[in-house]
Amino acid sequence: MIDFLFNTTLGFFILTLLKAFALLVPLLMCVAYLTYAERKVLGAMQMRKGPNVVGPFGLFQPFADAIKMLMKETIIPSGANPVLFLLAPMLTFGLAMIAWAVIPVNDGWAIADINVGVLYLFAISSLGVYGVIISGWASNSKYPFLGALRSAAQMVSYEVSMGFVMVCVLLCVGSLNLNKIVMAQQTIWFCIPLFPMFVIFFISTLAETNRAPFDIPEGESEIVAGFFLEYSAMAFALFFLGEYANMILMASMTTILFLGGWLPPFGIPTPSWMGPIWFILKDCVVLFFFLWTRATFPRYRYDQLMRLGWKVFLPFSLFYLVLVAGVLLAFGWLPHAA
Amino acid sequence: MPDLVDYFPILVFLGIAAVIAIAMVGGSLIAARQKPYAEKLSAYECGFEAFDDARRRFDVRFYLVSILFIIFDLEVAFLFPWAVSLSEIGLFGFLSMLAFLGVLTVGFIYEWCKGALDWE
Repeated sequence: MIDFLFNTTLGFFILTLLKAFALLVPLLMCVAYLTYAERKVLGAMQMRKGPNVVGPFGLFQPFADAIKMLMKETIIPSGANPVLFLLAPMLTFGLAMIAWAVIPVNDGWAIADINVGVLYLFAISSLGVYGVIISGWASNSKYPFLGALRSAAQMVSYEVSMGFVMVCVLLCVGSLNLNKIVMAQQTIWFCIPLFPMFVIFFISTLAETNRAPFDIPEGESEIVAGFFLEYSAMAFALFFLGEYANMILMASMTTILFLGGWLPPFGIPTPSWMGPIWFILKDCVVLFFFLWTRATFPRYRYDQLMRLGWKVFLPFSLFYLVLVAGVLLAFGWLPHAA
Repeated sequence: MPDLVDYFPILVFLGIAAVIAIAMVGGSLIAARQKPYAEKLSAYECGFEAFDDARRRFDVRFYLVSILFIIFDLEVAFLFPWAVSLSEIGLFGFLSMLAFLGVLTVGFIYEWCKGALDWE
């Protein structure tokens, strides 16, 4: 049996499929419970109870929501392009799923341990703009159109500073492989020497996932619901799932690039099976910050948002990149490529 | 073609994601009662009939932002291999990239002064 799984092509295919399910099924559960956690956390921060009716402590709320979504009518507006209209949420959801193929939750556990892991993640998160643009255009309605334009411009603007931040990390590692990036943080997590970059990266991920205080595309008071205004039923649910899966993905990227991935804090010696637990704990902390910012900060105005992206983050991250490269080179601290 | 097999799991993920997405949308189409009529299918516009096509002209700034994005994203794409191999190319590589970034920074300052980054 073992021989079949590891030495034949069909066995390899089945093994990959099993691995993929072993990652995606828990991921989808996490997405479902992130929506629950968000409502609970926001409730607690506003002195409310949050969902507490369906099941004990409202724990079955995500499933109740899913069934409700499933039983709703899928409305395709008469002016819309039906194919593109339905393709857009699938694209958003699919991109949020495939990015997970390269995420290592423990040493060597990445399902696709590719050399260019960071580049792949960067590319996939850039492609997310297509889901937004396609949905906004295919809806053929004014609010989604405006929402999609704003959202695309916003995502694209923060993408650039995110790229510079990633390059800073790469300078310290000398490899694009995510596994090596985590292993390079054994002595010190990158969030300490690269603290300003860590802050910029976190804020950029908020903007990239259209989260508060950068949730202008969904600004209810201005453009109703933004690019997914015309969506209903499961098509809407796919956008929703994609957005939350993206949030978890961005939290994992923050964990891998800056918080030492599966490595225990302060070098506490722990058995290697504890790796995924540390990883999940760190993810939870980052995600809690996502929810916390939503409860705390008012929404940015659009011009302020663009100013922050282009006039503050971009010059600063560019400057810091040159600084990091210069310091590493001057002191001979550059890692030697293996 | 070294190790293209490393990328195979991504294909598997793509397949799974496509199946889940199609199953969800299809399942909802089958499970829920579909009862469309003209009013329900019209585009949402605060209770009005939509008076014209939504695909209209839009602010040129969005176009400008996307062009600036292409310039800077390409710059990032150049920086990726440079960052990984900086230990080998040493000071010469560093200075070359500094010259390249310098040219771009001049362009960036020009854009800033021209007001390309302002949103009234």
